[in-house]
Amino acid sequence: MNIEEYKDVWVFIEQRDGQIIDVGLELLGAGRDLADKLEVNLCGVLLGHDVKDSASDLFSYGADKVYVIDDPILEKYRTETYMKAVGDLVRKYKPEIFLYGATSNGKDLASAVATEVMTGLTADTTLLDVNLEKRLFEASRPAFGGNIMATILCKKHRPQMATVRPKVMKKPEPEEGREGEIIEEKITLKEEDLRTKVLEIVRDAKKAVNLEEADVIVAAGKGIKDEKGFNMVKELAEVLNATVGASRDVVEAGLCGHDHQVGQTGLTVTPKIYFAIGISGAVQHVVGMQNSDMIIAINNDPEAAIFNAAHYGIVADAFQIVPMLTEEFRKALKGEEAGGVTANV
Amino acid sequence: MSEKFDVIVVGAGPAGTSCAYTAAKNGLKVLLIERGEYPGSKNVMGGILYRKQLEEIIPEFWKEAPIERPVVEQRFWFLDKESMITTSYKGLEWAKEPYNNFTVLRAKFDKWFADKAVEQGALLINETVATECIVEDGKVVGVRTDRPDGDVYADVVVLADGVNSLLAKQLGFHKEWKPNEVALTVMEVLKLPSKTINERFNVKDGQGVSVEIFGDATHGILGTGFLYTNKDSVNIGVGTTLSGMMKKKLKPYELLEHVKQHPMIQPYIEGSETQEYLAHLIPEGGFNSVPKLVGNGVIVTGDAAQFVNAIHREGSNMAMSSGKIAAETIVKAKETGDFSEKTLDSYRTEIYDSFIGKDLKKYKDAAHTFEENPQYFQEYVPLMNQAMNTFFTVDGTPKWEKQKKIIAKMTAGRGKIGLAKDMYKAWKAVK
Amino acid sequence: MNILVCIKQVPDTKIIKVNPKTNTLDRSSAPAILNPYDAHAVEEAVRLREIHGGKVIVLSMGPPQARNAIRKCVEIGADEGYLISDRRFAGADTLATSYALFKAIEKLQHEQGIDLVLCGKHAIDGDTGQVGPGIARRMEIPPLTNVIKVEEVDLEGGKLKVRRKIENGYELIQSSLPCLLTVEKEINEVAYSPLPNMLRAARYEPTVWTVDDLDDVDIKQLGLKGSPTIVGKMWPPEKSSGAEMIEGEAKEQVEKLLAITLEKRELFGVKGGEK
Ligand SMILES: Cc1cc2nc3c(=O)[nH]c(=O)nc-3n(C[C@H](O)[C@H](O)[C@H](O)COP(=O)(O)OP(=O)(O)OC[C@H]3O[C@@H](n4cnc5c(N)ncnc54)[C@H](O)[C@@H]3O)c2cc1C
Ligand SMILES: Cc1cc2nc3c(=O)[nH]c(=O)nc-3n(C[C@H](O)[C@H](O)[C@H](O)COP(=O)(O)OP(=O)(O)OC[C@H]3O[C@@H](n4cnc5c(N)ncnc54)[C@H](O)[C@@H]3O)c2cc1C
Ligand SMILES: Nc1ncnc2c1ncn2[C@@H]1O[C@H](COP(=O)(O)O)[C@@H](O)[C@H]1O
Repeated sequence: MNIEEYKDVWVFIEQRDGQIIDVGLELLGAGRDLADKLEVNLCGVLLGHDVKDSASDLFSYGADKVYVIDDPILEKYRTETYMKAVGDLVRKYKPEIFLYGATSNGKDLASAVATEVMTGLTADTTLLDVNLEKRLFEASRPAFGGNIMATILCKKHRPQMATVRPKVMKKPEPEEGREGEIIEEKITLKEEDLRTKVLEIVRDAKKAVNLEEADVIVAAGKGIKDEKGFNMVKELAEVLNATVGASRDVVEAGLCGHDHQVGQTGLTVTPKIYFAIGISGAVQHVVGMQNSDMIIAINNDPEAAIFNAAHYGIVADAFQIVPMLTEEFRKALKGEEAGGVTANV
Repeated sequence: MSEKFDVIVVGAGPAGTSCAYTAAKNGLKVLLIERGEYPGSKNVMGGILYRKQLEEIIPEFWKEAPIERPVVEQRFWFLDKESMITTSYKGLEWAKEPYNNFTVLRAKFDKWFADKAVEQGALLINETVATECIVEDGKVVGVRTDRPDGDVYADVVVLADGVNSLLAKQLGFHKEWKPNEVALTVMEVLKLPSKTINERFNVKDGQGVSVEIFGDATHGILGTGFLYTNKDSVNIGVGTTLSGMMKKKLKPYELLEHVKQHPMIQPYIEGSETQEYLAHLIPEGGFNSVPKLVGNGVIVTGDAAQFVNAIHREGSNMAMSSGKIAAETIVKAKETGDFSEKTLDSYRTEIYDSFIGKDLKKYKDAAHTFEENPQYFQEYVPLMNQAMNTFFTVDGTPKWEKQKKIIAKMTAGRGKIGLAKDMYKAWKAVK
Repeated sequence: MNILVCIKQVPDTKIIKVNPKTNTLDRSSAPAILNPYDAHAVEEAVRLREIHGGKVIVLSMGPPQARNAIRKCVEIGADEGYLISDRRFAGADTLATSYALFKAIEKLQHEQGIDLVLCGKHAIDGDTGQVGPGIARRMEIPPLTNVIKVEEVDLEGGKLKVRRKIENGYELIQSSLPCLLTVEKEINEVAYSPLPNMLRAARYEPTVWTVDDLDDVDIKQLGLKGSPTIVGKMWPPEKSSGAEMIEGEAKEQVEKLLAITLEKRELFGVKGGEK
């Protein structure tokens, strides 16, 4: 492998039912920075059926080029078709860095492509940079079990690939009128040769919990101890019309479902206000909420790491202060409630 | 279709594992059943492991067992609210082989010990609860477990299931323990850097301290506290009889919190972080509470048999010896193929001939004496502290006047005769 | 139908605690466990075997202690277990791991035939989820990730149908056999093992293979040497300026917090994200 031949920063543009989803645009934002530093092009990779028209939208988000493969065979995501198509593109155009959203399909594809083209892949990254001196991509993620970030490098293989958590990178403001080049490619597979087939896609129209879009989240950590403590937090959430979030330890303790989990293996959220109650502030949790507009932490340990991530901190016993808060908010908000809305649990 | 073993041992604590180890080593087919995720995962002990009994099972065990620190100093603290009297013995000969005793963390130690039994050929299964003994024709022939297809058979079942021993109770060997026959102990493992431990306790690496605490630690209820040093943590705990706790309407953790906050203790544990919190019963009925020990095809060992010397906080050593004796009894019985109560009864006589029986007999009244005479803890420890204070405070009063005052204070409540009687009773109980 | 399940022994990350003040890991008390997702994979394999016959074979790469994780699988009902264990495997990233596992699978495939491969969705120590698809690519079989239900197995037709979890729902996918599934926890509940399984597991000795037991291995693709990714630096996450602390008695704290948050009182009017 001649590393020198590999140029450009690529972003996989994931679409669902023909609609480009946000994570690809967020990654164009992050990829733009990398490409500028390396003085190379930023390219999108868009696969699907009837998606060609969307390709030009990507220029306004920072792409210089977009590789498009538009084919009925690619209408729905399948590992075997996408892996082949993306693998061929990589072999032909040789990108230096390749980013994917860490969604179900993004992770699935990136893992398969990494093996297909025999290169390294860093999972679930939250911080991206380049070392210009060595011309190396530095993909960082919270490391195993700890309050530690680790930078993963891929020195001798190209492309250097990473999956990136949705919502961690900021979606750029579109720059109207920005132009670029569309490069169309073909796929050589035939439906008859394929081994998998998507028979049906069922989308839950109404998801029980929608943490990602909530404006206010009241999140419970292991400091709330048990069901009683959890109900106390739920009550505050109800009064504030907020959605209930949780740390992994709370989810593992069975106090609520996984769809409430915030963090590296849960959801990344960016509400206007995030209450962290009895949460220690382990990095795996913090990466999921650090971009909230206002973070308010309540913890009885003045040394808790959560106070580093928070904007406002209260050192107090949750069991004392949360009921007081609930009561005071209830008084203050009386008459303004939308009425009858209960917290999502 | 269920399998049959020579011996099934219920409970992989010190008693059960010693039994399984010895039996397997002698060629018996042994099944060791433990309900915890692994041996030790649920076990609680203040943390002093005595050398001799384990050495009789595994010579020079300290070379590989996960011990924390050999104990080189034994301290006794008699606490009042803001003072204490201490006595201690430190001997550096205890820092060398063959040592005297050790601090251990049961979660690590029990697992290691059970692995040793497995090495000898015992079969260990975890996360399985023995729910009852299977009895046929008046003989215990196996145990039922909580698992599907959960029956399993053996010539002899050894009950080493700890203080509650539901299985022995089902067999009618004992009744529910009375609240004054068991002590509730709560303890915490507190993380501290080993350097800090060395400094605070004045020891070097590889040297440990055990502290027994009397007086204000238990709010005057019968019982004691303890503080033991591990490598990079300390165990702190307090135990009192259930009856006392019920009388004073105290919750266990309140009691422990009280100990931790005590101004004499707090500096030793300052800045530490709680790693584990454990609560457990200790049988303290002593000699008079020992249940029926042997039946047809069944033997009771360890805490299940109330083999604990509450005064000296010895239990694991008695558990180990009883487990070993049980195994040896079964090995002998195997030669004749007779596992009736009559044959196995040699276990009982051997226990009574061993240090277990002798020590239990010796202290048989101790617990009751203290239970019935709470003044030892409620009054004498504070009084002794006050006496010392009066004696050592330099304020220009002649010493003989001080002595008079002390005696007056000490006898104020009960009179001289009462005091003398109490002292005699206490001495008799522990002599 | 012979089913091969890849399983990994991991430290129980629930128990591992980090000291936030010193940023050190406290691993001493964390026992090694079977990766929870893999337990579900084994359970699913056992259930499929009950219906379709065949064998459940588990395979793991790891240190000798990983035999305990394999025994755990035997408790759940696996028939056979293989451990590939060798210093030369050590330090593998996901690419090198999938290569080593693939080489062992190849051998098992050759010896006894494999119709289906199962993996966990991810291993809780690293959370990458990359090994499964990597193995599938090497075996040249389709990977179906995030499976929450096996709908149908048509052995004669050589195909199966599964539900695959995706954001906001699921998709129904059909694949030819053999293929590789990675499973989510929702797929089943791991049953409480019967006593005979426990006894069998306690006695069970997995077959242990070293690199030399595998055929045509390219040593350069193994372990640290075969891993394109390496860990550069590790550092504690940046301490931001830190929170503004709201001091005072509880009552005062509550008042101050209310004053701050009620500036945005419109947020509390209606629930966001509620469509
Ligand atoms: C691979 C991997 C992925 C992970 N992914 C995630 C993830 O997605 N999301 C996640 O959250 N975690 C995740 N974790 C776990 C993470 O490392 C932490 O273990 C977890 O976030 C801790 O949860 P916690 O803060 O609720 O509990 P703890 O760490 O137990 O903290 C409880 C806090 O409550 C405080 N407290 C206690 N009592 C009170 C009281 N009465 N009043 C007020 N405060 C009190 C304590 O001081 C403490 O700070 C992951 C771990 C690994 C290894
Ligand atoms: C706080 C505390 C401090 C102590 N300090 C000391 C000390 O410093 N030194 C000392 O020598 N002794 C001490 N002791 C006493 C000592 O811990 C016990 O005497 C000793 O552990 C008894 O051993 P055992 O094997 O009989 O019972 P245990 O150690 O209680 O073991 C019983 C085992 O059986 C298992 N089990 C129970 N029921 C079932 C079932 N139905 N099916 C399957 N498995 C079952 C349990 O999980 C457990 O592993 C202390 C005790 C306590 C509580
Ligand atoms: N060392 C290993 N041995 C066997 N299986 C593994 C190993 N590492 C990963 N796996 C399998 O791959 C899945 C995903 O792991 P990971 O990609 O590390 O998150 C796990 O759930 C296992 O099924």
